Formats: sequence, C-alpha cells, structure tokens
Amino acid sequence: MRIAVPEPIEQVVANLLRLANTKLPMDVGWALEAAAGWERNPVATTQLGCIMDNVKKAEFMGRPMCQDTGTPVFFVSGRFDHTIAESIRKGVAIATSSIPLRPNAVDPLTRENTGDNVGVGFPSIHYEPSDGDLRIDLLVKGAGSENMTRLAMLNPSGGRKAVEDFVYGAVVSARGNPCPPTVVGVGIGGTADDCVRMSKEALAVPLDADNPDGELAGMEESLFVRLNSSGLGPMGLGGDTTVLGVRIKKAHCHTASLPVAVSLGCWATRRASATIDGDGVATYGQGGSF
Amino acid sequence: MLELPLSEADARSLRVGETVYLSGEIITARDRAHARILERVALGERLPDHFYGAAVFHCGPIVAGSDGNWLVMAAGPTTSSRMDAVQAPVIEALGLRAVIGKGGMSADVGKTMESVGCVYLAATGGAAVTLAESVNHVIGVDWADLGMAEAVWRFRVSRFGPLIVAMDAHGNSLYADVERGLK
Ligand code: SF4
Repeated sequence: MRIAVPEPIEQVVANLLRLANTKLPMDVGWALEAAAGWERNPVATTQLGCIMDNVKKAEFMGRPMCQDTGTPVFFVSGRFDHTIAESIRKGVAIATSSIPLRPNAVDPLTRENTGDNVGVGFPSIHYEPSDGDLRIDLLVKGAGSENMTRLAMLNPSGGRKAVEDFVYGAVVSARGNPCPPTVVGVGIGGTADDCVRMSKEALAVPLDADNPDGELAGMEESLFVRLNSSGLGPMGLGGDTTVLGVRIKKAHCHTASLPVAVSLGCWATRRASATIDGDGVATYGQGGSF
Repeated sequence: MLELPLSEADARSLRVGETVYLSGEIITARDRAHARILERVALGERLPDHFYGAAVFHCGPIVAGSDGNWLVMAAGPTTSSRMDAVQAPVIEALGLRAVIGKGGMSADVGKTMESVGCVYLAATGGAAVTLAESVNHVIGVDWADLGMAEAVWRFRVSRFGPLIVAMDAHGNSLYADVERGLK
C-alpha cells in the first residue's frame, strides 16, 4: 500500500499499528491454511477453523484480531535522527485511542497503567542506522507468547544437537500458553541480550523467505518437522500443528559460550513495515512474497 | 448446542474432546473478580443470583459504549491457570457448572469439578472477534469499579464457540491426555 502524500512519522506509526493488528500477514495466513489442510486431529481442525474465521472477521470489520494488542516492538533502520523515538511514541498514543488498542503499559511493581501504551522503555524500539531509506518494522507482541521466552547459556560442546533440543523443549514446555500454532524465533550466539534480541528479530522474517545460511535453513526444517510431530497441537489440545514455521538468526559469540534464545510468536504473529522515502512518502507492507 | 443455565446432569453428560456451542447467559470473571467473590463469601454475603450455577468466562473484554448501550468489540479467553489457586473454592461456593478459558487448569480444580459437577471448556486463544460476535447483548455489569477488564460482565450469547470440553466432570482432562502422548 502506498499513500502518495508525505505523512508525519507519528501517522505512519499509527497506520502500521492498525495494519498489523487488523490484518494477519499473508505468509502467516497461508501457513494456517496449509496446516488446516494436513491436520488430522478433529479438535485441532476446529481450532484452526476458528482462528481463520476470526482473522477474516477482524480484517473485514477493521478490528484488532486479538484483544491483547500486545507490546509494540519497533525496529528502525536506515537514515533517522534523534527525534524518531518521540515520533514513534506519539504514534503509539494516537493509535491507542483511535483504533482502539488495549492500554497494556504498567509500572512493573505498582502495576499502575499509563493509559496510552507509552511509558519508560515502552514501546520497545531497536535501532540500526544505515545509509538507506528510513524503514520502520513493527512486531506486535502479546504477553501470552512473550511470557514463554527462554534463554540458555549452553555448554559449547553440546553443539547443534544441544541447540535443537533446547528449542524443542522451550516450545513443548510452553504448552498451550503462547496460543500455538506458533512461529518460533531463535537466536544463536552473541551475548545473552543480543541473543534474545535476535530471536525476536527472527519473528519479523517472513515464513516464505529462504534462510541464506544453508546450515540454519536445515535446522529450521528439521525443527519444524520435529515440533509438528510432538503432538502438542493448536492451543495445546493435541494435533499435528504445533508450529507454523521456525526462523533462526546467528551471530559470533565468545569461544567459551553458546547462547540460545527462543521467542515465540502466537498464531497472531502481527507485523507490518513502512519504508519512507526522502520526500516523506511511506510505502507499507507486511513481509512475505505473496 | 447447549442452552444455559446448565443443570448438574447437563454438565455431567459432557465428555472430554466434545465440541460445544453455548446459548444463554454467561458471566466474565478474572483474577480480581475471583478474589472478591471469595472475600464476600467469607463474610457470609449473598452474591447476585446470576453468579450461582453460572458459566464463568475467564475474559477481560474490550467493551465500547456506555451504560445500557454496550458493544463488545473483543472477547477472547485469558490464561486460566492464573486462577488455579482460587478456582476450586469459587466453584464450590457458587456451584458453577462451566468454566471457560484457555490453557486448562490444575488437577486440584479438576477434582473439584468432578465432585461439584462442572466442566472446563477451552475457547480458542486469541479468537476475540469471533467470540465477541456471538455476544448478542450485554445484560449488565457488576463490580464496574474493578475496571473494564476485571469487572463481571453479563453476556447474552448465541452459538458461543466453538468450545472444546477439555476437562470433564468425570476426572478426565484433554491436557493430561496430550501430555502423556507428547514425544
Ligand atoms: S498469545 Fe497471542 S493470540 Fe493468544 S491471547 Fe496473547 S496475543 Fe492473543
């Protein structure tokens, strides 16, 4: 989608929130359709049918597809300056009242709600400056799935097998809590904090994009098959569909470390992105090549 | 299709794995409503009639509009295990016949369901629009002071579901079955 007039960044951000919350990315939708095709468990088929019905109604009615409109997580890249954070925060506040979104930002101890989804470090914003056009990627992260995030500092001698076993255990032990079928984001390497960040970035990678790293692509494939053979199923009620896809990123790490992080995206893996050209005109997308 | 309110015999007739849809009146209750129910019961107070024998939905809905003119925008289930510690006494005090939520509840809650005659119905997590669409009418709201998400909403629903009988009144649990089958 392209609106050929310049828009202020806060408006672009509000548009991204509306797009992500009301319309499931096409690649995630197709993954659900494919799962409904192969699923043999009748309870699981009912769950997938209900999810797809819900997605269609939400898009048609322009309503958020889930009542938990989550924590907005932004990845900002390209050319930007010091004003970007304030513009994003303004956009979040605008969207909270106009869509509306559920106000989710609370003080961690007093639990007092700020009322507009803006607070200290909320929304979450990551920066990666480069020489290209400004690009803002949004991931809407619900609490049910975020609460199941796992990090392990493994023994490097465990190698690939230990990594895969940890990912498998993280997904299966989460049971129905992250609203499976999930998208599994995995970070391998880096420092502990970078590892978790990579696992979240991995959730922003479309399911139909090939992993450029052959070994990681192989791990994605084998984990996908193994997880869908686990029997956990949609909502943890049993079945052949536990995950919609596995996305892995890696970075170099210290010779004595092997960090692995798992972030789960619920079936409602909501994302949207905008590229803003030099004239301030935004082009919107949701990833995926469909 | 089941008509509410459920009798004890209705609840006991359901078996794990069955899909049901509900029509009639349900009430919502989350963490704080459960806590308040127990406080009031401990003081010997009588709660509103529609709390007794009810179908309770673990849900913090998004409701637009104002008194008498409500519109339910989103009404998906919340994680039931947060209510694990308080659910059994609430089922006993109110004689609940159905608890609706996501993710299932503890074995202790299952035992109470067996003795009282109550079932746990799993709603599809995140299916907020589909479920909200089957709410025909908001009958009223109790304890609005708890805020929109935590208040006790009375919904008149038709064809509310699909819901899966995930814990029945005979000690069976679909979650326990899945657990045993995990590879
Ligand atoms: S885990 Fe996702 S789909 Fe489930 S309730 Fe939370 S945001 Fe909604």
